[in-house]
Amino acid sequence: MIKKNDSQLGGSPLLVVEDLKTHFELPAGMVKAVDGVSFQLAPGKTLGVVGESGSGKTVLSRTIMRLTLGNNVHTSGSVLFEGREILDVSLKAMQRTWGLEMAMVFQDPMTSLNPVVKIGRQVTEHIRKHLNVPKKEAQATALQLLRSVRIPEPEARFGAYPHELSGGMRQRVSIAIALACGPKILLADEPTTALDVTVQHQILNLLSQQRRERHMAMILVTHDLGVVAGRTDEIAVMYAGKIVEKAPTWMLFSKVQHPYTEALLRSIPRTTQRNHTRLAAIAGRPPDLINPPSGCKFSPRCPYAQQKCREEEPQLQTTAESEHAFACWYPVGTPENKEAFEKNMAARLPQTLAVAEGKVVDESVIDALPIVGAK
Amino acid sequence: MAGTGKAHLRDREDTIIRVEDLVVEFPAPGGNKVHAVSGISLDVAPGETLGIVGESGCGKSTTAKAMIQLPRPTSGSVEFKGQDLTMIDDEALRQLRTDLQIIFQDPISSLNPRRKVGEVVAEPLRVWGPSDKDEQVRRVNAMLEAVGIDPAVAREKRPHEFSGGQCQRISIARALVLEPQVIICDEPVSALDVSVQAQILNLLEDLKAEFNLTLVFIAHDLAVVKNISDRVAVMYLGKICEVAEANSLYENPAHPYTNLLLGSSPVPDPLAQIDESSVDEGELPSPIHPPSGCRFRTRCDRATDLCSRVEPEIQRVTDEHYVACHFPLVDLDQEKQDFVNEDAAAAADNDSDEVDQNEVSIGGESNE
Repeated sequence: MIKKNDSQLGGSPLLVVEDLKTHFELPAGMVKAVDGVSFQLAPGKTLGVVGESGSGKTVLSRTIMRLTLGNNVHTSGSVLFEGREILDVSLKAMQRTWGLEMAMVFQDPMTSLNPVVKIGRQVTEHIRKHLNVPKKEAQATALQLLRSVRIPEPEARFGAYPHELSGGMRQRVSIAIALACGPKILLADEPTTALDVTVQHQILNLLSQQRRERHMAMILVTHDLGVVAGRTDEIAVMYAGKIVEKAPTWMLFSKVQHPYTEALLRSIPRTTQRNHTRLAAIAGRPPDLINPPSGCKFSPRCPYAQQKCREEEPQLQTTAESEHAFACWYPVGTPENKEAFEKNMAARLPQTLAVAEGKVVDESVIDALPIVGAK
Repeated sequence: MAGTGKAHLRDREDTIIRVEDLVVEFPAPGGNKVHAVSGISLDVAPGETLGIVGESGCGKSTTAKAMIQLPRPTSGSVEFKGQDLTMIDDEALRQLRTDLQIIFQDPISSLNPRRKVGEVVAEPLRVWGPSDKDEQVRRVNAMLEAVGIDPAVAREKRPHEFSGGQCQRISIARALVLEPQVIICDEPVSALDVSVQAQILNLLEDLKAEFNLTLVFIAHDLAVVKNISDRVAVMYLGKICEVAEANSLYENPAHPYTNLLLGSSPVPDPLAQIDESSVDEGELPSPIHPPSGCRFRTRCDRATDLCSRVEPEIQRVTDEHYVACHFPLVDLDQEKQDFVNEDAAAAADNDSDEVDQNEVSIGGESNE
């Protein structure tokens, strides 16, 4: 079984997720969107969840919030929030948890706000329902909130509809709503992906500032390693529904262990590189979650993959001396890893060439590679 | 920020595309106009990659599309190989467009879902190519191979059977099949995952070398633009702020807006300093009523009264670096500076604070 990964983030944890699985039953088969995720989060700390599209990062955050609904959803494992099992709480009772204890900010503020209700009412409604305060008082609190998320002229914006605001302003409103009842944890699912860089920068700063002031824990879900780099205490990298590497932020970046994290970091162009720098591309594409590859899910794309990787799935484990957890047989930087790379280079493996020489490899080539041990 | 002025344009003989005073306006409700592009000038040398970067609404896509007359611009000229595309008739333009192709942002919606990939890529050849069917097939196969798609497998499939990255490569094959000289890439990697993005960028570099292409590459991601471009133009609200050789632009940004963009773009390094002070800096003003003078002044901490009155002209910093700002972050070429100094001095009479700001900007070597 999975070796337990206690994270040393100080204090008793606020949120403990243990072997969480969310599977969707589709006519084509079972989609294992989240497939055995465990982590802990202490009060006031920030966890960054990073992954490409289809890695299960959004389903993970929605499962924690109990927002994955429907008859075809199968959830197992445990989500303990302050020692309480969230997965067993009735949806009616969840209404007392949402907003008050756990809140969420979504990617697209246009669809998460009601387009036909003025923003003032959307904020006050929330406060009145959850905190049970009179209308006047709720309005005063709402104005205060809009001011704290730096909406200019909040009195004037109170009567505005969402479409009258810019994307950045709309996201500020949804952050105000999420913060309205003082939650202990905020889940932000790609909160800045739809925004321009300058606005993204402001919104990320706003989230950091509010988190500090309110001593709130936060899970920041994103596809962009740059977004989480300076703003999180710990990072979990997801691939095919599992966490493949998890470590305190500085440690993850200074000593990358998993080949997927390494590949992601190397494939991002940087402004510090000269122009026309050849990028180390990852060959292939994220795996099919209905029929994932055998062994390590990253093995078909991994430049270091060996026979063992295709046969046996590595588990997320921490080393004795650090809290750096990773799931890999040939972790980056080890002599075994170097040897594996040389072997694959000698064999001219396409995914190895893609990384080493920036060769463009079609994903069908990777898909067509014989997978040892497949049914 | 300005955009007026042509100090940065090179000799006509050295360029393949030369855009002068390009204006694109769209009608807005109430008899207003959206000033999408307001008098910009740009040129592209053969074999060069020009990157255009800016936030949404800055007019970068409109500029690129206006280069191939989609739609025809409100005013200004677009010269391609010495011919002004805005002056020629539709039929002549139709023929010239075989040399000017475009790739769009969303690879899936830019391919017809009901046609086979072989047909999609062969379509331009049906109109312009050889009438010999075998020759058409041969060219389509060669082009699919060039973008890393196996023609034997792909020809009979439809776009939905491919991933986003593969569809983008099919779009590239379609753009290349007529062997154009210029390809306009309108945010070609914005819809793709980072791991796929690197493949497309590498592929574009390979194809550029193999087919002697000239690229105009539009993106909002500064790092992506730097990676692929020889020269980069930064746009803001329909104007050009800064045009420079790619490395020079990122090492010594001269325009406050370029600096803001660079400071905002997330860096995958936990030790990188994040400026957490900006929580509520402004957003892009409305392009229907753009600010007077320099359009960036409403968000600029160097802005003075001069910026609201006089639109800055593009001035030379070095031979490969030009900026449109009254108070740039680097030293300007001395002779060109006289205009600024005179005007700044005039403005300083009204407000003594401005003198300080001017001195700081001229005295400071660069912010690096």
